[in-house]
This record gives sequence, C-alpha cells and structure tokens, in this order.
Amino acid sequence: MEFFRIKHDIPFMRYGKLTTAISMITFLFAIWALAYKHLNLGVDFTGGTVIEVAYQQDAHIDNIRAILATTGYTEASVQTFGTAKDVLIRLPLHENSTSAKTSDIVMNALKAQDATVTLKRVDFVGPQVGKELYDNGALALLVVAGGILLYLAIRFEWRFALAAILANIHDVVIILGCFAFFQWEFTLTVLAGVLAVLGYSVNESVVVFDRIRENLRKMRKSSIPDIIDNAITTTMSRTIITHGMTQIMVLSMLFFGGEALHNFALALTIGIMFGIYSSVLVASPLLLMFGVKREHFIKDTTPKEGVTTDGAQV
Amino acid sequence: MNRFPLWKYLLIGIVLLISILYTLPNFYGEVPAVQVSPTRSVIKADTAMQQQVEDELKSAHIAYTQAFIDGDSIKIKFANTDIQLKAKDALQARFRDGYSVALNLISASPDWLTAIGAKPMYLGLDLRGGVHFLLQVDMQAALDKAVDRYTGDIRSQLREQNIRYSSVNRNQQTVVVHFSDAATRATASTYINKNFPDLITTEADAAGDYTLIASLRAEVQKRTQDNAIQQNITTLRNRVNELGVAEPIIQQQGADRVVVQLPGVQDTAKAKEILGRTATLEVRLVDETHDITAAIQGQVPFDDDLYTERGGLPILVKKAVSLTGDYITDASPGFDSQSGQAAVHINLDSRGARIFRDVTRDNVGKRMAILLIEKGKTEVITAPVIREEIGGGRVQITGMESAQEASDVALLLRAGALAAPMDIVEERTVGPSMGADNISKGFHSNLWGFVAVAIFMIFYYRYFGVFSTLALTANGLFLVALLSIIQATLTLPGLAGIALTLGMAIDANVLINERIREELRNGNSPQTAIHAGYDRAWGTILDSNITTFIAGIALFWLGSGPVRGFAVVLCLGILTSMFSAVTISRAMVNLTYGRQARVAKLSI
Repeated sequence: MEFFRIKHDIPFMRYGKLTTAISMITFLFAIWALAYKHLNLGVDFTGGTVIEVAYQQDAHIDNIRAILATTGYTEASVQTFGTAKDVLIRLPLHENSTSAKTSDIVMNALKAQDATVTLKRVDFVGPQVGKELYDNGALALLVVAGGILLYLAIRFEWRFALAAILANIHDVVIILGCFAFFQWEFTLTVLAGVLAVLGYSVNESVVVFDRIRENLRKMRKSSIPDIIDNAITTTMSRTIITHGMTQIMVLSMLFFGGEALHNFALALTIGIMFGIYSSVLVASPLLLMFGVKREHFIKDTTPKEGVTTDGAQV
Repeated sequence: MNRFPLWKYLLIGIVLLISILYTLPNFYGEVPAVQVSPTRSVIKADTAMQQQVEDELKSAHIAYTQAFIDGDSIKIKFANTDIQLKAKDALQARFRDGYSVALNLISASPDWLTAIGAKPMYLGLDLRGGVHFLLQVDMQAALDKAVDRYTGDIRSQLREQNIRYSSVNRNQQTVVVHFSDAATRATASTYINKNFPDLITTEADAAGDYTLIASLRAEVQKRTQDNAIQQNITTLRNRVNELGVAEPIIQQQGADRVVVQLPGVQDTAKAKEILGRTATLEVRLVDETHDITAAIQGQVPFDDDLYTERGGLPILVKKAVSLTGDYITDASPGFDSQSGQAAVHINLDSRGARIFRDVTRDNVGKRMAILLIEKGKTEVITAPVIREEIGGGRVQITGMESAQEASDVALLLRAGALAAPMDIVEERTVGPSMGADNISKGFHSNLWGFVAVAIFMIFYYRYFGVFSTLALTANGLFLVALLSIIQATLTLPGLAGIALTLGMAIDANVLINERIREELRNGNSPQTAIHAGYDRAWGTILDSNITTFIAGIALFWLGSGPVRGFAVVLCLGILTSMFSAVTISRAMVNLTYGRQARVAKLSI
C-alpha cells in the first residue's frame, strides 16, 4: 500500500505568497492572543497552591467555596477536574500566609464538612521558586533555539539555520497563542512538551534541506524554486507518515493519559500539526527569501562529494 | 550483501537477553514489607539483629515470607498489608529507641534477579505517592547568629583584657566597638586581629568617637553558611528517621536549599510539623538529695523531674535549667587526654562559658545532666560528675561507652537543633491512589498508541512493517531495561516521554522503508535496494535525532523534578532507538532475505 505516488512535483513555491500569508495571519493571531489574553500560567510559574481532592459522591462546588470562604481563602478558584467527583482548588499566594500550611488548613476544613474527602495532590510553589522556574523555562527555550541554530549553521549554512529556526519559533508562538486564546493552563510539563516538539519538528526542515542541497548539485539546470519543489515533493511521504505515527502516540496520550497529561498532549498535538506545515511551507519560502544560491554549496562540497551524498535523503 | 556475520547476531542476541533480564523485575510488582534500620551508628544491621527481628515476629505470631539484610537495614516481606501493619506495630514497640521502623514496598522479583542487580525502575513521587519539600535555609539568620556570638566573645574578652570600650554591638553583620581614644582602639585592634583570625577589622573616626568595625572574612562567611546547611541536613535526617520513611531523600540543592522527598508519606501535616520542629539542649543539675526509689513510686519532688538515663537507670533532675544548647558553638568526638576514654568536646561561646564556669564552681563533686528535648520528649544523654571548676568554655563529657557513642552524642549535640531557620518554599504531595492512577494512565497511553502504530505499520509496509514493529518493541525493551539499570527516576512526564520517543523512533524505520521503496522504484534489485536503503537513511536518522537530543539536554540541565524525568527518557530513548531501528530491523531483514540467492519481490 502506498498513499503518495506523485508523478510531478507540486509547485509549492508558486503558492509561497499564499502560505506565507496564512503563516503571517496565524502568527499575528497568536501574538494577539498572547498580548491580550495572556498565558494562563500554572502554579509552577506564578506561585500559589493547587489542591486536588476526590469526593465519594459528586462534589458540590458552591459548598466547597463557602467552606473556603470561612477559612479566609476568598480568592480561591474551585472547579471540577476530569470527573464530577474530583475537585481542583487554586489558591493564590498570600502575602502573610505561612506558605505550606495552606493545604493543611484547607484539608481540615473540607474534612470537617465531609470526612470521605481524600487528598489527591497538593502543589505549593513559593514566589521565589515560581520566578526561578519561569526564568529557567525561558532560558531553556533560548538554549534549545540557540543550540539548534548553531547545529544547523554548522551542518548546513546560516541561511538554512535561520530559516529553520524561524519556522519552528513560529510553531512555538502558535502553540503558546493557542494556550493563551483558550486559556488552557500552561505548566512546567507543557513547557517540556513545547521544547521537545521544537527539537522534533526541526527534523523536517533538516530532511527537506538535505534534499535541497543534494538537488542543488544534481539538478544543475533547474531554477531554485523548482529544486525546492522537488525536494518537498519527494520527502512528503516520509514527512506525513512519521508525523502521523508520532501524532498517533500523542493522541493516545491525549485520550488515555488523563488530566495530568492532557495539556502536555495538547501542546504536542498542536506542535506536531504545525510542525509539518511550517517546516515545509514556512522554512522553504524563507530560505528562498534569504537568497540561497547554488554557489553556497557547490564551492565547498565539490571536493568531498562522497561525504555529503550519503547524508539524509529519503 | 545483506548478511550479517555471526558475531553481529550474537551481539544482538546478548543485548536482547540482557535487556529482557533487566526489564523483568518491573513485571513482578511489589510486596508489602517493613524495614528496621538502626539510627545510631553503634548498632549495625547484622545477622544478630535479624535474629532479634525474626524472634519478635515469631513471638507475636506474625507470619512473614522472608527476612534479609539489605545495606544498613533489615527488611521483612509479608503476604499482605494487614499483616504488614500489624508487624510494624509489633516491631515499633520492640525497636523503639535507636531504630527507625518503616513501611516499605519491595520488589517481588525472584532472588536470582536481585542477585544480578536487576531492580524495577525507580518510581518518582508522582507515580508512587509521597511528599516533596523544598526548604530554604535562612542564611542571613545563620550569619547573624555567628556575628552575635563574636559580639559576645569580643565584649567579654576585651573586659578580661582590661581594654576599655564604650560599647560593643552587632550592626547587621558586623561587630561595632566604640572607644573614647585612638590608643585604646589600637590595642583592641591588635588584640582582636591576633585572637580572632576569622574577623577582619576596619576603623572609622568621628569627633571624640573611635570605632572599630569587625566583620567576617568572606571565606568564613562561606564556611558558616556551608556548616549551617550541613547541620540542617543532619538534623532533618535525624528527624526523618523518626518519621519511619523507607527511602527518604535529603539533599542539598544550590547554596541555600534542601530537598526532602518522603515517598509513601501521606500525613503531610505531621511531616511538616516534624521537619519544622526545633530541638533544645539543656544542662541541669542532678538532684542527689532526694530518694530515687520514692520518686519511682510516684513521689517526685516538686522541684524535680524523673527521667531515665541512657543506660536505663532512673535519675532525678532539677527543674531549674542551668544552661541551654544555644550557647554551644561546636561539639566533636575525641578522647580524654589522661584516661584515654572516649569523650565529647564541647565549645561554648563566651556567655555560655561564664555561666558554665559559675555552675561548675558552685557544684564540684555533684552530678550534672545533659538533656535533649525534642517533640516534648526528654532524653538524658549523659550525667557526669563535676570534678572541678570548668572555665574557658571548653567542656569535655566522658562516660561514653565507645568512640562510636561519643560521635553519636557529638552529632546529637550538634544536630539537635537547626543552625538556621528554614521555610518550605515548594511542596508537592501526591496521594497513593493518584500515583497508581498515573501509572495505569501512563501505561495505557503507551499501549494503545503502540498498538495503533503497529497496525498501521504492518498494514502499510507489510513484512517490513512487521520488522519495524518488532524493532520498536525492542526499542521499548531497551529503554525500560536501561532505565532500570541506571535506576533513573521514572515520572509521569517520563512515561509520556516513553510514548513520545516510541512515536518518534518509528521515524527511523519509516525513513528506511521509504528509501527502499524509492530504490525499487528506480529499478534496483531487491537486495541492492535493501542495502542502499539502510545505508543512505543512516545520515538522516542521525541528523533528525540530534536536534531532539539538544532539546533533551537543555531540559535536563534546566528542568526540575518530573520534567527532568522526561528529559532523561527523551535522551535515552533517542539513543536506544538509533540502535534498534537500524540494527534490529536489519538483522530481521537479513535473516529473511539475505540468504536467498534471488529475491523476486520484497514485501514492502
């Protein structure tokens, strides 16, 4: 069985303006969502307390709010989590509260009202730790982007590296934009997912670029856009199948992984979908825009022809 | 051209066999157990102690399946948790002082697996339940305390030397001494520089006021802070032992933080109370005038408390406290210079030294008790006879049975209290049901994802799909085996990482299969196509994994807790997938097609 048996190259570059326009619109939309709706940062980054409890019967959210109000936690947000029996309570940081005692006070109050309630999880993060996690997260994003940029610059050439990293940062911004727009909670685990997807979807650009470089040498008479079209068309089958496989795994996580992995899987789902699109249809037009030329490669690869041909082709 | 030499098949076989062996323990599950560990270094977990434990269980008619020595504790396995709890109560009653009795779960894998070092993966707190605390040590308070001590010392020594000062005060982290003339200050400066090598002095002048400012040297500040955090860790360790936690983790993180992880602990309120507790040391006089037997019968004199000495003898101690542990600056084990007996050397600060001198001068020939008060429980560490007036703040306590005990007492004196206050800055608690739930969810994500990928691959690539699926299975096996061997902490994000790496690992096989198809399309013979397919795909496989590896390394470096678990799995998964996707599937392809002289058609 085969899905992709394409006889002629698809003229992707002719649609360059269209794909760039689509990218710009989604990108600007994501920026707008980030700027006006902001990320719904989890307790990992903001500091505060999250308490997850389980009741034997369906929980009465209003009752729980009332109990919390008597303990003085009026700013608490209470919502069901996954099922009607599981409840998630979020408490912002208190200036004077003796930090970690919060969970004890809340649990005692809840137990007094319904002894069957059980504690499933408590996350308390102090303001200082929250800030550090935030800073380290941002630093990790920079390190990953920088590391990939450096690797691609060594492996190819700076134009390729820049095109690939821009395309993939575009993915990251879109994931973040989705999280901001839908106000999904952005936690440390979600950030880990975003970074993994950043590393993963750069592969696509690598594969296409490898083909482009090979074609630059082989298709001496073709124009640059034709060369890129050919590269994308011939690698398409592999791109879609590998991404499809990874996507199956991630969807399995989304469906079976429960609440704890839900947002992580969501980030990966969006990341992988846009990863296919951007590494092919954003990176390549960018490459064209940066003015890639045959001479960039012919010059320094001719003497060691054999070395590079066994590199990545599909 | 598609044949492996025999050694390659053997190598693959051996790697597979080892991986299966080290993956096996994960399937046996765990059995409830109780572990008894001595908390003082004098007592060793040996066969004698094991015998005591077994005797105790036998006399209480508690059935156990196995008892053995593991490192520095005795572990006993039970058939179910009911018996386990009963056994814990029985053992706790017997092994009360000097031991920590904790509930534990032990791998149920057979002994021969344990013997070759095969252990199940180490589960993180989010998978097994428990609490994680990050404690911040207040270093400013530790420095303040140190400077406070020097302030007192300088004040008393200047007085002893008859160097006239107008005032000695602590101002933030400096000792400020005022003098009325420059000459006195010069004398004081020389004296302080000579006798307090840890301090560095500067001078400041105003009309009629000559000031000497002494501050801690940078290296002394660092040493003070290091000592403070070390002492806090020792104290925490002692306290956690009391909690009865099977495998606690207490580690320094950064310059001023301590991580405490208590797997399986559910009562976080109690854990917090015990961790935050302060212990105090007291020196009190022993009441030898009243009748001890009357006291044992209930007639304890009004001014006294009745305690039991470490040896088990009852002792009457006066309620009036002569000295508290706040004055102790250091305690170290050693030997009495005259008798050669084991001893503990205590250094008191100047105020403590003065008080101690007065107390000992007035009570020569009497006994003095040293008590440690923790959690409302008082223990008489030792009650020696005062032989002479002790001045200078250097106190030697003898009466220890061995050098070991001396070092235990020194540790208790040092570790009884926290060197500096600590705050909980991060807490993560996961309930036991939640942990089990997370394991099952993580497992199902992997299983169903894998099944879906396998179905597609076999459907789409037929025989080569089967090879790819088997290679992916081997990859999963390698990954779990590797995680078990290095005992990396598996977390829920780590389980997600396994699913993700499996999803990404199939990429390599897709690359190879697509390449073989392309070679066939170009008119190459099946054998050539296989050869070229594997050969040429390798570069791409390497390339496409390096960028993900970069992300994994950054996450490991900058991530914390569960995210680190994810990073470890991601990096290891990439390494195992590069091996399995290429070598394992190639071996199968070679076995199937490589021996045939002519292959008419590939099943791809």
